Amino acid sequence: MNGRTLRGKVAVAGIGETTYYKHGQAPDPEFKLALMAILRAAEDAGIDPREIDGFASYSNDRNDPSRLAAALGIRELRFANMQWGGGGGGGAAAVGNAAAAVATGMADCVVVFRALAQGQFARFGQGPRARTIDGDMAFQAPYGLMSPGQRYAMKVMRFMHDHGVRQEALRAIAMASYHHAQANPRAVMNGRPLTEADYDASRWIVEPFHLFDCCMENDGAAALILVPAERAKDLPHKPSYLLSAVTGSDYRCAAPSHNAPNYASASFASVAPHLYEMAQLGPGDVDVLQSYENFTGGVLMSLVEHGFFPPEEANDFLKPENLYAPGGRLPLNTSGGNLAECYMHGLELQLEAVRQIRGDSTAQVPDVDVSMVIAGPMVTPVSSCIFGSEATL
Amino acid sequence: MTAPHYLPEGLPIPVPENDGLSRPYWEGTRRGELWIQKCKDCGTWQWGPEWICHSCRSFEIEWLQVEGKGRIFSWERVWHPVHPALKEHGPYIVVLVELPAAGNVRMIGNLLGDPRQEVPIGAAVEAVFESHDDTDPPYTLVQWRRVDDS
Ligand SMILES: [Zn+2]
Repeated sequence: MNGRTLRGKVAVAGIGETTYYKHGQAPDPEFKLALMAILRAAEDAGIDPREIDGFASYSNDRNDPSRLAAALGIRELRFANMQWGGGGGGGAAAVGNAAAAVATGMADCVVVFRALAQGQFARFGQGPRARTIDGDMAFQAPYGLMSPGQRYAMKVMRFMHDHGVRQEALRAIAMASYHHAQANPRAVMNGRPLTEADYDASRWIVEPFHLFDCCMENDGAAALILVPAERAKDLPHKPSYLLSAVTGSDYRCAAPSHNAPNYASASFASVAPHLYEMAQLGPGDVDVLQSYENFTGGVLMSLVEHGFFPPEEANDFLKPENLYAPGGRLPLNTSGGNLAECYMHGLELQLEAVRQIRGDSTAQVPDVDVSMVIAGPMVTPVSSCIFGSEATL
Repeated sequence: MTAPHYLPEGLPIPVPENDGLSRPYWEGTRRGELWIQKCKDCGTWQWGPEWICHSCRSFEIEWLQVEGKGRIFSWERVWHPVHPALKEHGPYIVVLVELPAAGNVRMIGNLLGDPRQEVPIGAAVEAVFESHDDTDPPYTLVQWRRVDDS
């Protein structure tokens, strides 16, 4: 372990989100949604929004920091950062990038945000409409291999085959998100409980994914405000200290035409050890976990690669009762996550991790000191991060 | 050999990039041949195509014709269409095939035959060339069908 670390240097001071909508149903344009979430995060932090001096996002968010700064009347812009590639896999990386700027003195108050209005813009889960196609997609689209679900199903199929993982394990992950969403009034699927029979009877999207294994697509925006740890102590909320944030992927993860050597993987094999090393913690220390569900099979492999259980124990570990707050072995996706709270590209998971430290989740786990987030599995680069209470410092 | 089209017309037409990287592959499929990359310096097979060998960083990459024989590495059965050309088109199977004679590189295709068939990982398959002669430009896809495993 070298001396270079983010551990404990930066804290989340405020969180904010808009109402979450079904895709295409937001009454406001995407840029306005971004502004609303940022202002709510500033208000939550007890910070004048003009003190924000940096922005970080991911997945080519369309809401340009310079326009945001001008619109908000921010006095001075000092940090404008975009995590390259990886879609939702960039969520924890954006937090890490913002924290790195704060920890090194490049900026003092950085907002991490993501806004989506998919009625205004194209949806993710659609195939390419161009008449011709080249590059890596030329080896895929003509075979009907186009959407994210289609791109990742074969990874999960191979993983389940290699380790004898049953469909019930994926089902338990879906059940956890829907279960927790029933307590969360923000959740798009609040009031829409899921039973195991509903899951089993739901149509296939692409085997091995049923309908309920696949994330929603939604409209809305979310934001977090990061400040130096010393400053966070004087602000209204109990600080969530960033203990670690890491991003990347292993050897030739992006090899074209599905040639990644470690194919049946969530892409965290090389990333997760760095996460724990910086946090000076292990998987056994994690009190509550938010793990990005683009597809439940990605959560399965994320949990294995972060050391929560070996693949051979997936069928035993991934049972609903083990994943439910407050008393499960590993309470998972306690806001409802991408499946049932809102697909805010995983940034809603970062907000929920902070609520668990503060003690104000709608599915609160008692006495949370270590709260972890895993961002978008199976893409590259992926990322994950760990927040801690003051007791972990 | 040639085959009828597995999926309906109207999906994107594959073409080489404007830098020509994958042109030898697409020209080969038009002749009913499977051509992939191999490094002249270290002998590493490589797929998809790239300008450099990932193993030794040589730019001396050659294209070689390989036998269209492989094994199913993974698969999926698609039920929900995401492209207008596939609306109302029932399930179809995508397979990822590894080529043991070419360093186990993997290629994507459809598995011909009953779209509801069982798909055993590890099963032997062979290439079938599916010509699309009436499109602009014309192209040929490499598809796969199961063969006797013995
Ligand atoms: Zn070489």
